Amino acid sequence: MSGPLLSVRDLNVRFGTKRGTAQVVRGMSYDLHEGETLAIVGESGSGKSVSTLALTRLIPTPPGRIEGQVLLDGDDLVTMPEKQLLQVRGTRVGYVFQDPMTSLNPVHPIGRQVTEGMRFHLDVSEHEARDRAVDLLRQVGIPGAEKRLDDYPHQFSGGMRQRVVIAIGLACDPKILIADEMTTALDVTTQAQITDLVQHLQEERRMAVIWITHDLGVVAGIADRVMVMYAGQVIEEASVDRLFAEPRHPYTVGLLMSLPVLGDLRGEALTAIPGLPPSPTDLPDGCSFHPRCSFRDDERCLTEQPPLREIAPGHHVRSFYEVDDATARAASAAQRIEVEPPEASNDDGSPDAGPPGGGRP
Amino acid sequence: MARFVLRRTAQSLVALLGVSIVVFALIHLVPGDPIRAALGTRFDPEVYELLRERSGLDQPLVVQYVDWLGRAVQGDLGVSFRSGAPVTTVLAARIPPTAVLAVASLVVGIVVAIPAGIIAAVRQGKAADYLATGFSQVGVSIPDFWYGIMLILIFSVTLGWLPPLGYTEFGEDPVDFARRLILPAVTAGVVTGAILTRFVRSSVLEALNADHVRLARAKGLPERYILRHHVLRNAWIPIVTVTGLQLGTLLGGIVIVEVVFAWPGLGRLALDAVERRDYPVLQGAVLFMAGAFLVINLLVDLLYAKLDPRIAVR
Repeated sequence: MSGPLLSVRDLNVRFGTKRGTAQVVRGMSYDLHEGETLAIVGESGSGKSVSTLALTRLIPTPPGRIEGQVLLDGDDLVTMPEKQLLQVRGTRVGYVFQDPMTSLNPVHPIGRQVTEGMRFHLDVSEHEARDRAVDLLRQVGIPGAEKRLDDYPHQFSGGMRQRVVIAIGLACDPKILIADEMTTALDVTTQAQITDLVQHLQEERRMAVIWITHDLGVVAGIADRVMVMYAGQVIEEASVDRLFAEPRHPYTVGLLMSLPVLGDLRGEALTAIPGLPPSPTDLPDGCSFHPRCSFRDDERCLTEQPPLREIAPGHHVRSFYEVDDATARAASAAQRIEVEPPEASNDDGSPDAGPPGGGRP
Repeated sequence: MARFVLRRTAQSLVALLGVSIVVFALIHLVPGDPIRAALGTRFDPEVYELLRERSGLDQPLVVQYVDWLGRAVQGDLGVSFRSGAPVTTVLAARIPPTAVLAVASLVVGIVVAIPAGIIAAVRQGKAADYLATGFSQVGVSIPDFWYGIMLILIFSVTLGWLPPLGYTEFGEDPVDFARRLILPAVTAGVVTGAILTRFVRSSVLEALNADHVRLARAKGLPERYILRHHVLRNAWIPIVTVTGLQLGTLLGGIVIVEVVFAWPGLGRLALDAVERRDYPVLQGAVLFMAGAFLVINLLVDLLYAKLDPRIAVR
């Protein structure tokens, strides 16, 4: 494979607010290759979602402002005219959002919600689009798909709705799927099914996936590479194995230490990172993390912004001071996450299909 | 769906029964008794006894109610204390003008409110939004009789384009009917439009911010399509409800507007009935208003079920 599918360079997203300019994404750069899974992790408000919405300019501008370069197969999405951009959304970049309960329009049957993107982007008839939708819904594991096209969202359970949302994300065969907290609102069993499902579809379609989550357990199971975000910046980036084995940024270490471990009988309290993330309208001078950092010991952290340094091939850290080996190992040991998510069959056979018959108008 | 219709209709009937009890009780809330109140201070005792017997006031309350209800169902609401004409006849003369004015006012209101509300929501925080919300604020704050008087001053007195008051039946002279309808309809319509504008704006705003709209954008759908099928389609649901309630209110007679424009509608009839203590007429008018309100509510609910697939199942 030649160059990257997606190449993001120095992406900045700002919002004008009453309390000043909020710098939500700051200087983000990365490449994404075909078939690759990139995980973006971080706390709420760290800029993960906004950074991916900004890729296809899905944030309202104004008040938002997007700067930098987003090259998708050589086309810069930041400067692309809106009309052309419509052809990118859905077809080249598909999205799946967090909450399956609100992501579907309650007043339209699900079939229509799956097909409407196709009708705009692909040269298909109503009939062909429906056939495709049945096929997609079957692929994402909706039993009796052809009979359920005319059902409304409220007639599906949460897990089934999320499958419908995934089918929508895949409807026009995107090269990149952005899964924004896709499994967060689901119960653990369903989570595992959905993760499996997406991995399976990804392999089948050679699709790249950007997986946004705050669940490190999910990351360990599915990602090739991980970016850790804090206050709008990428503060550590590495392959998934390396990040979990040798975390080097104090924040990443803190995140890993704060994970509960199943079967840990030591009875110790979980280690929380003290303090709160800074407000995007009022970022600290110097390193954004320094007010909460237990490794800080230098004037430099307070005044100077640390650059993203490559400390080993493919491993980048935005900190003047890396965490020492012993602590890194302790953090790595603190999370004995099983790297494979539990095997679960895709077809749970219980659609939880709402009231039978349903007496629709 | 059939079950929903049936259940909703049954509910309306129960509510109507409740209304009938209240309306019936009205006549017994009068201090002394209504006949005495109607006859004034000096009257012939024989006439009093005759009227009392004729109106059944010497019977026990329950008997009176069942009797009254039975006759009401057959369209007999008694006779006016004043004119002696059957209440149904009196009402029948007043309902068409009120219905015409109500529908015309609602049309004016909708024609103003739907575009203004949508534009305000879509251009939130911009000039068009301030203009629409400003209109709405002024519209609801200033009383309708003031608009009425202003419109009469401008269009009748100064410009002489339209007649200042009165009502002509459509069958008599369609042109005059229309000319006399314009000012009162605009007056009541401004207020209705002002109320609806705020409502349309907030409904559309809420629909615009829904998660599924973001997903619709992520599908790469054009903004106009999204507005129509994912924003307005959803915003209609609350808008229809409030519009229906507005029509119900308007059908009850817009007393002030009817007075200002000498419009022979239900509102004025009820007001006159109160002033003249003509209880049977008042009863009839209130019963009709409540009934109309219930029927419209029922229709709105049925329409609602059509618009929102979740309702019929619940």
